[in-house]
Amino acid sequence: MLTILFDGIAYGMLLFVLACGLSVTMGLMNFINLSHGVFSMAGGYITAFLINRLGVPFLLCLPLAFLFSAALGMVLERTLYRRLYARSHLDQVLFTIGIVFMAVAAVDYVIGSQQQTVKLPEILKGRIDIFGGSIGLYRVFIIALCGCLAVTIQMLLVKTRFGSQLRAAVDDPRVARGMGINVNTVFAITFAVGSGLAGLGGALGTDILGMDPTFPIKFMIYFLIVVTVGGTSGITGAFFASLILGIADVGGKYYVPQIGAFIIYALMLVVLIIRPQGLFSRSKGK
Amino acid sequence: MAPSAHQMMLDQARWRWSESLFWLSSLAVLFVFPSKALLFSQIAIMGLFALSLDLILGYGGIVSLGHAAFFGVGAYAAGLMAKHGMGDPLLGLGVAAFVAAVIGWLTSFLLLRGSDLTRLMVTLGIALMLFELANRMAPITGGADGLQGMMVGPVLGLFSFDLFGKTAYLYALTVLFLLFLLARKIVHSTFGLSLRAVKGNALRAGAIGISVSGRLVAIYTLSAAFAGIAGALSAQTTQLVSLDVLDFHRSADVMLVLVIGGVGWLYGGIIGAIMFTLMQDWLAGITPQYWEFWIGLVLVCLVLVGHDRIKTGVQSMVARLGGKGGAA
Repeated sequence: MLTILFDGIAYGMLLFVLACGLSVTMGLMNFINLSHGVFSMAGGYITAFLINRLGVPFLLCLPLAFLFSAALGMVLERTLYRRLYARSHLDQVLFTIGIVFMAVAAVDYVIGSQQQTVKLPEILKGRIDIFGGSIGLYRVFIIALCGCLAVTIQMLLVKTRFGSQLRAAVDDPRVARGMGINVNTVFAITFAVGSGLAGLGGALGTDILGMDPTFPIKFMIYFLIVVTVGGTSGITGAFFASLILGIADVGGKYYVPQIGAFIIYALMLVVLIIRPQGLFSRSKGK
Repeated sequence: MAPSAHQMMLDQARWRWSESLFWLSSLAVLFVFPSKALLFSQIAIMGLFALSLDLILGYGGIVSLGHAAFFGVGAYAAGLMAKHGMGDPLLGLGVAAFVAAVIGWLTSFLLLRGSDLTRLMVTLGIALMLFELANRMAPITGGADGLQGMMVGPVLGLFSFDLFGKTAYLYALTVLFLLFLLARKIVHSTFGLSLRAVKGNALRAGAIGISVSGRLVAIYTLSAAFAGIAGALSAQTTQLVSLDVLDFHRSADVMLVLVIGGVGWLYGGIIGAIMFTLMQDWLAGITPQYWEFWIGLVLVCLVLVGHDRIKTGVQSMVARLGGKGGAA
């Protein structure tokens, strides 16, 4: 019981790190980006490559995965995505699906369709007993790391100058420009950090979520649920949505395997019926 | 003197000779290239499916990521009918349309609230749910192996399906044509016009007394029924239903088809289907495994270039030929 709960929390934390960048770009900036999983995939694959081919230690791979995906996100944002901010939602959907298809086929072509595996360091293997439940050390590591990240991101958004600039730029780009905020740079940095976090999530999740070329398509619905259920209030909503989703998914698949996959959809429908704007929403309807 | 609004609407709805030419040539291709009949029927089915998406996307303004749900439901409904001894094709179409419409009606209420983002999630979620359902109910649907042992009877009791797809094409084309006429009638009716108002600005449409929710529910249900019929046609003409009919790829493909041809224009879906299927046929010959990549590339380029170009291009061509404004 406790093990399941713990696994669910770890899974949820992972989803949060994967999706929190998206909850800013998609939830706050209202830019529909279905290709977020591509950046996670990039992080996961680069980790697998570094560990298996070059023998880089796992813990060093994590920041590298972050940097790699962030750089990728930065390049794509500057060259492609920025043109789409002002376009219709249909255009954004089509464009980002196109990116997903290209990435999936390209990875399949270059690397192959097999599942990627990463060797975890010995220190993170094994299990410990807490309160009568047996918990994987790796899960503890994920929860600790992702928890710290969540707090850091929240602090960045709320307390720092950059956070205020971002919130201003999202609320009203024109006025923010008038106040001397370089909105383009703010968006580019946000996008890069979001992509980097997705890459970090992909690297951390390779062992738990599995990593193959269809990853961006498989997790598209999870990302969408986190962002919509979380609402448009910032990352707090996304955090709770991820936790609920993670616990429900793991619990559902363990206790009622026959209908396990339906639990998350049912949950999403219930939340939407009760709160159409998501769990946490600002009064300003977007 | 400027023509009255009434006259303008009538002009827009008028049947043009270029349209007759289009449909006659779609019949004629069967006699010019009889060996390609199976490909043509695929085009007709894809065209109908894209037409159904156009009803909600082009006329209702709902971006859906899960339109394959209704296609798949229709395909399974027709397939199961044919498997269990009720092989009459028209009966299959009717049941498929009904079942898809019921599911469309039920789920449409989830789309009324919330933003585009919520709608994307709900439509995608419903399609995935149905996919999972079809996968789990393997004793009924055949699961990953697909539905086998379908016995489809002759159309109207007269024309049985042949190996070369001649009957299949004529059957699919007839159904497409009739449903096209119906859709044409609907989008030019006052209902269709009010729908356009809702798409333009739901708040103002509500303010002048149009029931926004009612219109969206109605068009979504209708679109689901059309997609269900397309699915049923596919099941009957190929005598095969597999999980593929509910796949995410199908939802994305149909969106691409519609966008290639032009959104908010009834011929858009059909023209897109012609271009898409020919392209698919050609690409599958070159790179069967990775043709997804090219689909993605087409999508990306299409958005960067602007997808209205093709539509306006064809329309201005038609206008030059016909002497007056664009078709349908």
